[in-house]
Amino acid sequence: MAEDKGLLTIGEVANGKLAPIAAELLGIGRKLADARGDKLDMLLLGANLAEAAKQAIAYGADRVYVAENPALAEYNPDSYAAAATKVAKQLSPSILLMGQTDMGRDLAPRLAAKLGGAVSMDCTELAIEPDTKLLLATRPVFGGNANGVMRVKARPQMATIRAKSMAALEPNASRQGEVIKVDAGVDASAVKVKVTKKVKQEALGIKLEDAEFVVTGGRGMGGAEAFKSLEELARVLGGAVGATRAACDDGWVASTIQVGQTGKIVSPKLYIAVGVSGAMQHIAGCSGSKNIVAINKDPEANIFKVAHFGVVGDYKEALPAFIQKCKELLAT
Amino acid sequence: MNIVVCAKQVPNPEIPMGKFKIDAQALKVIPPEGIAPVISPFDEQAIEVALRIKEKNPGSKITALTVGAGSAGDILKHALSMGADEGIFLSDPAFEGSDAFGTAYILSKAIQKLGNVDLILCGRQAADWDVGQVGTLLAEDLGIPLITIARKVEVLNGKLSVERALIDGYEVLEAPMPSLVTVSNEVGLPRLPTGMGIIMAARKKVAVWKAQDMGIDVAKVGKNAARSEMVKLYIPVREAKCEMFQADTVAEATVKMAVRLREAKVI
Ligand SMILES: Cc1cc2nc3c(=O)[nH]c(=O)nc-3n(C[C@H](O)[C@H](O)[C@H](O)COP(=O)(O)OP(=O)(O)OC[C@H]3O[C@@H](n4cnc5c(N)ncnc54)[C@H](O)[C@@H]3O)c2cc1C
Repeated sequence: MAEDKGLLTIGEVANGKLAPIAAELLGIGRKLADARGDKLDMLLLGANLAEAAKQAIAYGADRVYVAENPALAEYNPDSYAAAATKVAKQLSPSILLMGQTDMGRDLAPRLAAKLGGAVSMDCTELAIEPDTKLLLATRPVFGGNANGVMRVKARPQMATIRAKSMAALEPNASRQGEVIKVDAGVDASAVKVKVTKKVKQEALGIKLEDAEFVVTGGRGMGGAEAFKSLEELARVLGGAVGATRAACDDGWVASTIQVGQTGKIVSPKLYIAVGVSGAMQHIAGCSGSKNIVAINKDPEANIFKVAHFGVVGDYKEALPAFIQKCKELLAT
Repeated sequence: MNIVVCAKQVPNPEIPMGKFKIDAQALKVIPPEGIAPVISPFDEQAIEVALRIKEKNPGSKITALTVGAGSAGDILKHALSMGADEGIFLSDPAFEGSDAFGTAYILSKAIQKLGNVDLILCGRQAADWDVGQVGTLLAEDLGIPLITIARKVEVLNGKLSVERALIDGYEVLEAPMPSLVTVSNEVGLPRLPTGMGIIMAARKKVAVWKAQDMGIDVAKVGKNAARSEMVKLYIPVREAKCEMFQADTVAEATVKMAVRLREAKVI
């Protein structure tokens, strides 16, 4: 084996800016690189990456590899896999990290296969084992009922990190780093899958992931109509509405507001769960909330085991009075 | 069309928190007593997708595969009762402890043995270890195109048209066949087996293929071939203490809670 060095992160860019997950990757990456005596590298793929590359350095990167190519402007699984494989083979890092995002979920296992490594998906903690300098990746398993700590034997040792589980550093605009252009030419024959359309379905108003207040309804709401009162509460608090998978699967709300392991990860100041049983796969998406309020008619519901404030009762009785009181309190 | 669905048996993922037990020493999850294991929900949805495609393409054949030991093959009967045509249980002591790479390799050998496959469907991730990689690694092993996390799968003019669920919407992708697609819950609820389906499934024989039946190199499977190892398994401590509000009516209780939230400067 060549020298077992190098820590590469693959960042993401949204509207020309470094995406929050990329800053989080650099936050944890910095710690791991320092513990190993490695440089911290970030690869950015796409078009118009100059601004994001600068930000990456401010957030902790030593070197930013920029693979600019109009063909990479939008994510295509095959062209991204080909381009990232090419760069990663040249750099041959010992550790390779990505975000557990639309891109990371899709790309990381492909890269693991193409590079001969192995990846631990959706990690909530990463550390360097002191004796071996190997990556130890902690990931929730069984929907979050347990955590497993993985050690990868193959190279690169790969992991994807769960959004909001690791903190970004304060950006420092005077930090020094290198921006290096790399060839990201993709052989057209490698591209078998075509993306023909992309449809955005973002809810209006405050973005769920960024909201300070999240009001989530579960199957206990009984139907789409009942979500109106959750929308009202969200409006009163200045927040956004979320849902459990059950409520999404029943077609009451758009699946893009699903909170949980396979939905969005939120960490608001206040998370209000109404008619939500508190399955671990759901809690995975909101356990980072500062405060959790639960309203559920079943006193035995799991949600009361993770909530900080709770009322046992039917939401039909609970919500109107709660909304009214919140309005009053916030007006004073 | 020849459609293969890869599925896995898992402990029921919806059990109450308190019923979930592990053996931290052995790094194993203890199956909950008295609660039967199930087919992993996303895999069940993959079967549903296969059945919908078959309905539009009469004459198609659906083969369900699973890798496992002991009663793990029972889910093949479930697949048959939903309407799959054939089930094959890939089982050999050598497979025990395989990681996602090993499992994908076993499945690839079974699919090569079947031959002539047009579409392979997998769940996006299994509801036990949540690894979410077997589908991808299988496509890589077979060298065929891959689309992950589908919310809709259709065959149009001999090509696949797939909607891939994104966190803020979806995208439409087109792929030639054969391809592999991993399926997400947004495709909709799987159908329940019919009484007739259950009777038919009971009559069908499930074939068992061992390593040598598929020409498997046993050095590439099992615990020793795994590229990652688990070094620790634990149940995280959750120390939240819930402050409960009570009053004569539910409405009054929530009013007390709102006041408390304001006092605590939460709202
Ligand atoms: C691999 C996998 C991934 C998953 N990912 C996710 C995910 O990302 N997000 C997610 O949410 N789920 C996910 N799930 C599903 C999860 O396991 C649960 O099934 C789901 O979260 C349950 O949703 P719920 O709480 O709305 O419904 P239920 O469990 O049916 O709970 C409804 C609750 O409402 C209460 N209730 C009923 N009527 C009233 C009333 N009138 N007033 C007050 N309370 C009432 C009931 O007491 C009950 O507690 C996943 C599952 C698997 C297997």
